[in-house]
Parts: sequence; C-alpha cells; structure tokens
Amino acid sequence: MNPIIRFENVTKRFGALTVLDNFNFEVRRGEKVTLIGPSGSGKSTVLRILMTLEPFQEGLLEIDGISYHEPGGRGPFKASETHLHKIRSNVGMVFQSFNLFPHMTVLRNVVEAPVAVLKMNRGEAESRATELLRMVGLSDKKDHFPSQLSGGQQQRVAIARALAMRPRVLLFDEPTSALDPQLVGEVLGVIRDLAHEHDLTMLLVTHEMRFAREVSDRVCFFDRGRIVEQDEPERFFSNPQQPRTREFLSSILGEQEQMRESLRCAQ
Amino acid sequence: MTWMQYLPPLLKGAQVTVMISLSSIAIGAILAFAAGIARTSSNPILSGIAFVYIVLFRGTPLLVQLFWFYYALPLIGISFDPITTGIMTLSLLTGAFGAEVVRGALLAVPHTQLEAARALNFSKSYTLWHISMPQAVIEMMPAFGNLAIQNLKDTALVSLISIADLTFQAQSMRNITLDSATVYTLTLLGYFIIALCIMLIVRFIEMKLRRGPAFPRSAHS
Ligand SMILES: Nc1ncnc2c1ncn2[C@@H]1O[C@H](COP(=O)(O)OP(=O)(O)OP(=O)(O)O)[C@@H](O)[C@H]1O
Ligand SMILES: [Mg+2]
Repeated sequence: MNPIIRFENVTKRFGALTVLDNFNFEVRRGEKVTLIGPSGSGKSTVLRILMTLEPFQEGLLEIDGISYHEPGGRGPFKASETHLHKIRSNVGMVFQSFNLFPHMTVLRNVVEAPVAVLKMNRGEAESRATELLRMVGLSDKKDHFPSQLSGGQQQRVAIARALAMRPRVLLFDEPTSALDPQLVGEVLGVIRDLAHEHDLTMLLVTHEMRFAREVSDRVCFFDRGRIVEQDEPERFFSNPQQPRTREFLSSILGEQEQMRESLRCAQ
Repeated sequence: MTWMQYLPPLLKGAQVTVMISLSSIAIGAILAFAAGIARTSSNPILSGIAFVYIVLFRGTPLLVQLFWFYYALPLIGISFDPITTGIMTLSLLTGAFGAEVVRGALLAVPHTQLEAARALNFSKSYTLWHISMPQAVIEMMPAFGNLAIQNLKDTALVSLISIADLTFQAQSMRNITLDSATVYTLTLLGYFIIALCIMLIVRFIEMKLRRGPAFPRSAHS
C-alpha cells in the first residue's frame, strides 16, 4: 500500500535559511510516528507544511496520493484555494498553545467547523461534539468559555475540535509543552486513547520520551532538517546508533529526570 | 433677553447637530468597516482603493473638504443640499479614520487564531466574520468612542456651509444680543452634554460586548 504522507526531496527555506534540504519522509496509513529533536531542527516546520500553514519551495509532497503543488499552481503554495481546501480536509492539527476561539463556548468551538465547512446540520454536529467531549472527559464543560478552563482542559477541547473534522492525519505539535506538569497526564491520556484508533495516522512532536516510547510505531530523531535516525521505539531508545541521537537522548532524559525529582521534592 | 430666551433657538440647533453627528457616525462606521476590511484584503485593487480613500480624507482639512463638496462639486454638475453635504463629508472623514482603527484591530488578532481557523479549513470570509471580527470589534470600541466625540466636535464646521446647527444658532444669537459670555457658555455646555451622551452610549456597547466570560478584562489589560 502506498504511504499516506510522502515527502520527496522537499526543500523549505525561510529567506536565506534553509530549514529542510532535500527532505525525504514517508508515513504509512494508520502509523503513529513521533518526531523528536533539538530546538530549531525543523520539527514544527514539517507539521506546518503538512497543515498548509507554510509553503515549501521545491520537491514533492503528497497526502493520500494528492500532490500539494498543482501543475501551474500560483502563489507561494503553488495551488489554488480550492486545492488547498481539499488537502486540508485530510489533516487536523493540535497546537502547543491550544488556540481555541475565546469568544465561543467549548461546544461551539467543536461544532463550528463541521457545520460551516462540512455543512453538517447543527443538531447532528452537536450530538457528535457532545460525544467527542465525553471522550476527552469534558461533557460537563460544554457551555464554558475557554478562559474558564485549565490548560489541560483547553488542550483536550482542542483535540475534540480537531477530531470533529474527521481528519485522516492528525498532527500534534508539542501538545503538552505549554502545560503545568501536573496537567500533562490528562492530555497524554487522551492522545494515548487515540493511538488505539487503527485508521488514524498520527504525527507527534514531543519531548515526553516515555510517552513516545509507549504510543509510537516509530520514533524519528530530527536534526538540522534531516532525520538522523529512526526506528521502532524499543530499539530506538535502548540502542540508538548515532552519536548525536545518544547525546540528545541523554541530555533530554537527564532534564526530565531532574524535573520529576524537583516535582517529587515539591510535593 | 434672558438666558432662558436663548434656549429655544439653541436647542433647535442642538437637534440639527445631534442629527448630523449621529447619521455621519453611523454611515462613517459602515465606511470604516468596508475600507478597513478592504485594506487587509489580499486583493491589491480593493486594498489600493481603500488606501487612496483613507489617505485623501485623513490628509486634508475638513473645512476644505466641506467647501469642496459644497462649492466645487456643483461646478461639474453634482450638487447636494447643505445637510446632505455636511453628513456626507463628515461620514467620509470619520470613515477614513475609523478604517485605520478597524484595520489595526483586525491585524492585532493573534496569528495563532488564524492558523487554527486554517487548520479547521474555514474559508477566508468565514474566518474574517466569525473568528477575527468578533475578537477585533471589542478592541475597536475605545478608539471608536474617541472618533465619535471628534465627529461631534467637527460638526461645528458645517455652520460654515449655512447649516443651522448649534454653532450657527449661537453665532446668530450673539450677533443679535452681543451677549457673548452667556451664549457661548450655553453652547459649550450643549456640546459637552451631547458628548457625554455619546461617551455613555459607546461605554454601554463596549460593556455589552465584553460581558460574560468570553473576554475577561484581565486577558486584555
Ligand atoms: N516564520 C519563520 N520565519 C523565519 N524563520 C523561521 C520561521 N519559522 C521557523 N523558522 C526557523 O526555522 C527553523 C526550524 O524551526 P521549527 O519551528 O521547525 O523548529 P522546531 O524543531 O519545531 O523547534 P522547537 O523545538 O523549538 O519548536 C528555526 O531555525 C527557526 O528559527
Ligand atoms: Mg516547534
């Protein structure tokens, strides 16, 4: 079966800075892939390109066999708005800073896109939204506004909101990095449940190594716009091959150990 | 004549002032949204037209604009009565300043909100009207309040194209009675009271918009 996501020699520049240089990367249908790597290595850029939040300059990118660039397409995205619309209908994204709409209740945050974009009728959209909010453990908060929720609750709403659009590929960009440590668990719990969905393809950028090990089919170490090393999680973490991977893992695991230690002391 | 006798003509003038001010604020607000949105549009023609309009009206004195519409325009065969001219000119001026307010508030909506909207596949116009605008409008209110007051004060100039507004009536009363002190004190008071009402209305609208937990004050201060 052909991959659902295929980057072939993709080059992405911000002005003079080349972030991705002939980048190659494939993701199978239903695969759960974690991207890890140092700050500035281009992890977010990969997700943002997939979400059409960033254009890329050269190479081929396909989702489910559809190319992001259209032949003769114009503008930075080299594609028409209609084409981008079609591409985005396959993809959803969960952001580090949640980005809920502050002027809408939790329920409307989840209902709005299915009604406005998928033309679902409001009643049906609301019952599906209620179901999704139950799944993320927030059925009692549906009439609250985002400002009345904790970060962890907001992120769970954001996950429900993304799922309401029935994406085939769901992107998570450091979904727990903006959260207080004691709220991380509830969000990871929801993502862990999602990881059991066979059809859903997941691409996750995270610094939670234990979690990555638990939910991913594959872990990729990213450095300077390249995948330096990738493997299934057990092998990846127990026996990393590249020196840079080892260096990164020991630094980040050390940090997290310290974090946990200081939390334990604080309690 | 006592000051009580000054009141009826002054009140009649005040009515005209309020009428001109309120209508030009309302029309100006519509123009402000139209031009402000056009300025943020990616269509260069729309944005260009809005730019020229805004620069022209912000960059020239109101008095000259009034004279131009009142005396110069009829020379090419287009003429309006004084009241229409006054309302039209003030609307265009208020709209030009208001457009900058609308544009600024739209640009101040966090970029992350637009990215979330894009990730949910909302169309551009849906994002404008349902995501950006509801958040931006609240931020516009204080500046709109200032523009409304400015508009009220600017209406005094329409007396110069022979509209019988508050200032015009004050001038005629003074010419008849030569009692400058009383007449102008009452006139100042009249403008002040109208301004106060406008400020209260704007505050009221802002409070209405801000009410509820969606926009807690703390998030904006
Ligand atoms: N809009 C932009 N304009 C210019 N440079 C950018 C832009 N966005 C990202 N970059 C640069 O591209 C590089 C990759 O950024 P990216 O955000 O993808 O890194 P990352 O791996 O997600 O890092 P982090 O772990 O800090 O989130 C960085 O050097 C960054 O400074
Ligand atoms: Mg990042």
